[in-house]
Amino acid sequence: MGRISRKDVERTAELARIDLSESEVEGLTRDLDRILEHAQQLAMLETEGIEPTAHALPLPTPTRPDRPASPMDPERALGNAPLREGSAFVVPKVLDGEEG
Amino acid sequence: MDSLEEQRAGLDRGDVSARELVQRALSRAEGVGAELNAVVGVRGEAALAEADASDARRGQGTVLSPLDGTPVLLKDNIVMQGEPTTCASRILEGFRSPYDATVVERLRDAGAIIIGRTNMDEFAMGSSTENSIFGPARNPWDPSRSCGGSSGGSASAVAAGVTGYALGSDTGGSVRQPGSFCGVVGMKPTYGRISRYGLVAFASSLDQIGPFTRTARECAWVLEALSGHDPRDSTSLPEPAWRGSPDLDGSLSGIRIGVPREYFVGEGLSAEVSERVRASLGELEAAGAYLVEVDLPHTEHVVSTYYLIATAEASSNLARYDGARYGRRAVGVEDVDEMYRRSRSEGFGPEVKRRILLGTYVLSAGYFEAYYKKAQQVRTLVRRDFDRAFERCDVIAGPTYPQVAFPIGGKVDDPIRLYLGDVYTVSANLAGLPGLSLPCGEASGLPVGLQLMAPALDEGTLLTVASGFQKETDHHLHRPGSFDEPE
Repeated sequence: MGRISRKDVERTAELARIDLSESEVEGLTRDLDRILEHAQQLAMLETEGIEPTAHALPLPTPTRPDRPASPMDPERALGNAPLREGSAFVVPKVLDGEEG
Repeated sequence: MDSLEEQRAGLDRGDVSARELVQRALSRAEGVGAELNAVVGVRGEAALAEADASDARRGQGTVLSPLDGTPVLLKDNIVMQGEPTTCASRILEGFRSPYDATVVERLRDAGAIIIGRTNMDEFAMGSSTENSIFGPARNPWDPSRSCGGSSGGSASAVAAGVTGYALGSDTGGSVRQPGSFCGVVGMKPTYGRISRYGLVAFASSLDQIGPFTRTARECAWVLEALSGHDPRDSTSLPEPAWRGSPDLDGSLSGIRIGVPREYFVGEGLSAEVSERVRASLGELEAAGAYLVEVDLPHTEHVVSTYYLIATAEASSNLARYDGARYGRRAVGVEDVDEMYRRSRSEGFGPEVKRRILLGTYVLSAGYFEAYYKKAQQVRTLVRRDFDRAFERCDVIAGPTYPQVAFPIGGKVDDPIRLYLGDVYTVSANLAGLPGLSLPCGEASGLPVGLQLMAPALDEGTLLTVASGFQKETDHHLHRPGSFDEPE
């Protein structure tokens, strides 16, 4: 143990916007520690000056002419909205303070 | 008449109609498909109407492709307009896609008839199809055993003769490994060969859609229908559709087959799988191929490299599930932050949370260089291993998975043990290479898979070797005893 602490797991869960129960924090601390322990073997490899690979088959970023195309029908795009109003998705308030 | 070749021949001879094939597939989907928990949803009326259209077309002398009039299943992470897509996750319960995946359009253009959706590990994260809101899918060879994963439902359904072929997705072996467990052909094409537009993203630099079939020739037909550039996927290769099926003469003469030394030394490889795979290499040699020993020196590092990269990409891709525009939104939330947290915490299962957290951790400040960047550098070393090996051989062969199908419930509590099983499959994803698993006999009454890998864009050689193997042997004709096709 020791590569990752409960505190690390709690901080990471905060970043990922996932709430964890006490027992989930415990289980994940153990699991992630084991996984990272195994990943530690990579540290032994000499990679000085080796280019990182982001994509296996490097391609130039494709471009296309900047011309408008027909958009998806808003009714279809909103079809899965948990809550909607007209052609807008409705979410709970984002900022604290007075109602605008 | 459960294989695609037989179905095609039956349609050509006029012995059977597309309607009859679709009716039979629907009834098997609701029978054995449901029993195995392999099929999680069917579309009956619409599929029958498409079958009638195919029959009418054929009656007037038009056949769109070898797939015209044949039923097919989709893994439940490939979207189809108006139909549900769940990724076997609570967070997508009730979701219906507003658009079609490119592969759905291409199947339709080829005349294929999509009859339903198959079970999978949640968001394609797993190797056993146990991490699913639908419960585990089962292996037709022994229903107490796993059908593999994450595309396990598609593999199980093809092995049980529900349809002659099905689609899955392969990020680290998720088509090839279930193919191996269920005794069917499973292919992951070259990265970018088949459009990912409409495939729910797990790890974008590794994901690739691939088919399950019984024979290499059938696999070639499906690849022909699905491949080819798609401007809607910016990583789609600027290549025309693959058109190699007429060239598959099955000749192995002069083909050099590389056998990596590292693939047979690990302690994880079971003796019975090793023996069966070695026997198959002998069968290839007897048919005219040469065996060449090659080295893939970074093999012991590929699993760690894969899990660091795949989870990092997943943590980013799965940030979109926030309860705002689609998918599950937690009820009774006060503000937007609580909406994000509770929707995600309630919606994702344990393995998905584990991978999101691992990925978020390796991307976070202070750890990025040590883990994520390091893994990307080792990915370069893995690619170089393959470049070097392919100077000496045309394809690389070895086991698909270190073991035969394991019992359901046997492994899920130990993530590392399960992850290490991916040692033979993740490299093709890291290096972007085409890979294929084909049945090469049984051990303890369960199928063993032989994996072949080829240089990028060389699906032709991969399928030539696979079809040659199937010409010389009859392993692909073996069927699970308890699910023989009823008359």
